[in-house]
Amino acid sequence: MSAHSTAIEVSSKRGIWGGGNEPFKASYGKLMMWFFLLSDIFTFAAFLITYISIRVSYPAYEGSLESFAGSNEYWPVPELVFEALPFVHGLHAPLIFVGIMTFILISSSVTMVLAVEAGHRNDRDDVVKWMLWTLLGGITFLSCQAWEWNHFIHGTDTGTVMTYVNNLNQVVTETIYGANLTVNEYGPASFANLFFFITGFHGFHVTIGVFLLFLCFYQAAVGVYDRRGHYEMVEKIGLYWHFVDLVWVFVFTLFYLI
Amino acid sequence: MQIQENKSTLNVIPRDNEKIKKIWKTAGILLAITVVEFIMAFTMDRGILLYFLFMALTVWKAKYIMMEFMHLGEEAKPLFYSIIVPLIFLVWLVIALMKEGSDIFMLRW
Repeated sequence: MSAHSTAIEVSSKRGIWGGGNEPFKASYGKLMMWFFLLSDIFTFAAFLITYISIRVSYPAYEGSLESFAGSNEYWPVPELVFEALPFVHGLHAPLIFVGIMTFILISSSVTMVLAVEAGHRNDRDDVVKWMLWTLLGGITFLSCQAWEWNHFIHGTDTGTVMTYVNNLNQVVTETIYGANLTVNEYGPASFANLFFFITGFHGFHVTIGVFLLFLCFYQAAVGVYDRRGHYEMVEKIGLYWHFVDLVWVFVFTLFYLI
Repeated sequence: MQIQENKSTLNVIPRDNEKIKKIWKTAGILLAITVVEFIMAFTMDRGILLYFLFMALTVWKAKYIMMEFMHLGEEAKPLFYSIIVPLIFLVWLVIALMKEGSDIFMLRW
């Protein structure tokens, strides 16, 4: 949405190369946000496609789901790795927690669009209300991810006996609990490495998003955007926040479903 | 000292319920697709068909997020294409790295 109605008078003789045109009909800030997001799409795509590539280079688990045990001989089945819930120990609840996380992030994306829509109407009260909900969603999602990581790192009660090459280049066989960058109880080392790297990079984006959301919420509440005359900042930060949701949609499919 | 008045000077436009309804409808579609994916994860056998369906549903969700939430569809056509067209490069990256991955698989096992 362009706020410029005062375009320079351009004589028709100068044609389209004479300047004063706005082919994209978007403000500088919004345009740059879009191109930043395009470059970020490439970064995340590179990570996720690397995940697919490494994943197809390992055999899939062939046995029955009931007798599944982690091994670095094959790629683990995600619904049997991500099956824990906070506060209930030992319950087998496959993908429930990550489903809740997805629901939270999609909901916060919805409240963000509602904030952007309120911004178009210059409605400060609605912007502040929906920004606050979005902010809450973002913080909840981050807390969930912190728990998810914590559980992934500390692992299950039983662990798995793994034969692997340790940091001292020795082949060892021992019971492994949880995950680190050398070995994990769920599957090949790259499984945990990719999990840390990709969900970590996404979580980093969410963290920045939460800072931006707070900034936007604060500025809207104290009337900065009213004095500025438009609520375009809500729209720009909204673009970023939807992008974070967009990436999560792919992370969810590739990490937890496939 | 006078307390600064913090009232909006802008003209507040009333809510357009049609628009807000459309946003909630899109949200409903996104949630419904996610629920379908969830059910498929537990009811269908793992294999190429399931993975293909997952990817198709994911791209479908991505389309909704970009078009409805990010309003890319409402932008000027040159801006729309300058965001969408570069993504074609990713198609080759997927093909190349899947080939690479399966070749490593053949060498290793």
